[in-house]
Amino acid sequence: MPAAKRLKEQLGFSALAVLTCLAIVPVLAIVGMLAWKGWPALTWEFLTQPPRKFLTQGGIFPAIVGTLGLTTGTILIALPLGIGTAIYLVEYAGKNIFTRVIRLAIINLAGVPSVVYGLFGLGLFVLTLKLGRSLAAGALTLGFLTLPIIISTAEEALLAVPDDYRHASLALGATKWQTIRRIVLPAALPSMITGAILGISRAAGETAPIMFTAAAIYIPSLPSSVRDQVMALPYHLYAVATEVPNVPDHMAFGAALVLLAIVSGMNLIAVAIRTRMRLKRMR
Amino acid sequence: MDKGLAGIYENLVKYLLGIVAVTSVLILLLIFYFLIREGAGLFSHVSLPGFIFGTEWLPDAEPPRFGALPLITGSLVVTTGAGIIAISIGIGIAVFLAEVAPRSVREVAKAVIELLAGIPSVVYGFLGLTVLAPLIKDMLNLPSALCAFTASIVLGIMALPTVVSISEDALDAVPREYREASLALGATKWETTWRIVVPSARSGLLAASMLGLGRAIGETMAVLMVAGNATLIPHSIFDPVRTITADIAAEMGETVHGGLHYQALFGLGIVLFSITFFINMVTDIVFARTSSKRGAS
Repeated sequence: MPAAKRLKEQLGFSALAVLTCLAIVPVLAIVGMLAWKGWPALTWEFLTQPPRKFLTQGGIFPAIVGTLGLTTGTILIALPLGIGTAIYLVEYAGKNIFTRVIRLAIINLAGVPSVVYGLFGLGLFVLTLKLGRSLAAGALTLGFLTLPIIISTAEEALLAVPDDYRHASLALGATKWQTIRRIVLPAALPSMITGAILGISRAAGETAPIMFTAAAIYIPSLPSSVRDQVMALPYHLYAVATEVPNVPDHMAFGAALVLLAIVSGMNLIAVAIRTRMRLKRMR
Repeated sequence: MDKGLAGIYENLVKYLLGIVAVTSVLILLLIFYFLIREGAGLFSHVSLPGFIFGTEWLPDAEPPRFGALPLITGSLVVTTGAGIIAISIGIGIAVFLAEVAPRSVREVAKAVIELLAGIPSVVYGFLGLTVLAPLIKDMLNLPSALCAFTASIVLGIMALPTVVSISEDALDAVPREYREASLALGATKWETTWRIVVPSARSGLLAASMLGLGRAIGETMAVLMVAGNATLIPHSIFDPVRTITADIAAEMGETVHGGLHYQALFGLGIVLFSITFFINMVTDIVFARTSSKRGAS
């Protein structure tokens, strides 16, 4: 290879390597800074006490509980619908217009901006179904928002199950549903769980969809029913960063760190499950 | 179990799952229906062109004016800026990861990028507001760094993981024979990458770019926090702007249900929904073309 060409190639590829570092490292540094600045705020009191004096003192316990409540609701709605849809699409659906319409709908749902889901939730759940701003309305909105992610990851998981499994089971006289329930689903379960966790962690961090449907800035008491309005970590972070005056810096960074820890913790678990599966398959 | 009964049970399951699968279609229709139903009233007050091309967004004025052009411009400016950043850097990173990086680096980088994709937008907004904006303000000597420029950077970073991971998949899907044939003809790896691999993956790269743009235009919390929130048509990228999404989020709390302002925000929702719907359909067509081509060859 001529020297000039080799030099160009090496320079080019080195430039791409530098670009990759330049793009990723500063972001990691900023996230690291968040951990650094938020860490001192993470006291036992901060994590387990309600806020006082309009968020300027006390803790964020109700916001943590609210986010966990909304996340649980999201799971209850998105998981059965999402996995059911995926099973239908992979195991039953024929190549026809009906299937095509369902697929187009899913693709488009995945692209609908989260704030539009918020408008939809406000119109349907809060006002028309008269749920009011509540845990239930927020969870329904987040559940629908998460649905496309759950469907597509569950579909991938089902498609990855070798057809031999299905054929062997059917050949032994099992019915189609027996085959799905006893053979296909257990085989697809780990990657389904991975996808579901990734999807639900997205929902846990969403702000715009719950702003009009569930979240309130300041409710020191815990919700007693699904009809109650709740505090939620993402909305709490938005409020203390922009709307509420005189919140000490470290409390905002602390709230951000807790939110990031919850969401990234879920993601790490999902990635770990997947990596283990990949390694197992390679062996 | 009796054979006939088992057959009925099997069919029952099938139809039940079919009904579940239709939920997605139903939700999409419901979203569309509610946006129209709640927003339609606005258009007896403003005409559609008046809404889209009107240059004054003054919901509290007497009489209120709902010209969405400043917001639409805001969204376009910020999305364009974010797109330039996310697409150029994203495809560069994807090429590096797919073609050059050793396996271990590639796996680690992909995991990191996935974690970055999982960071909630409100956290990006918070970090943009508290860390990045002061930095940019000092570096460029601006009166305030809460402007389209900063918002573009934050959104660009947020859209980056989408662009990288889909581009990387597209590059990965280019058959190895293409590379080998090019190298065997005496091309360098650099030439092979840019003249053979990247062009072969172009529809995938296009789809990655479109999805990145879709992600950026729908983003709400981060732009609400860092874009400066001025409902004016910007003259430079250092002017504060407010996007369609941010306006809905910022103003919905102060509206009266069913009032004109409330209807106007649903009107903005229709505009936003139409833009993302269009982007998704185009992306889907690009994708469909790629896969059918692959299938045919």
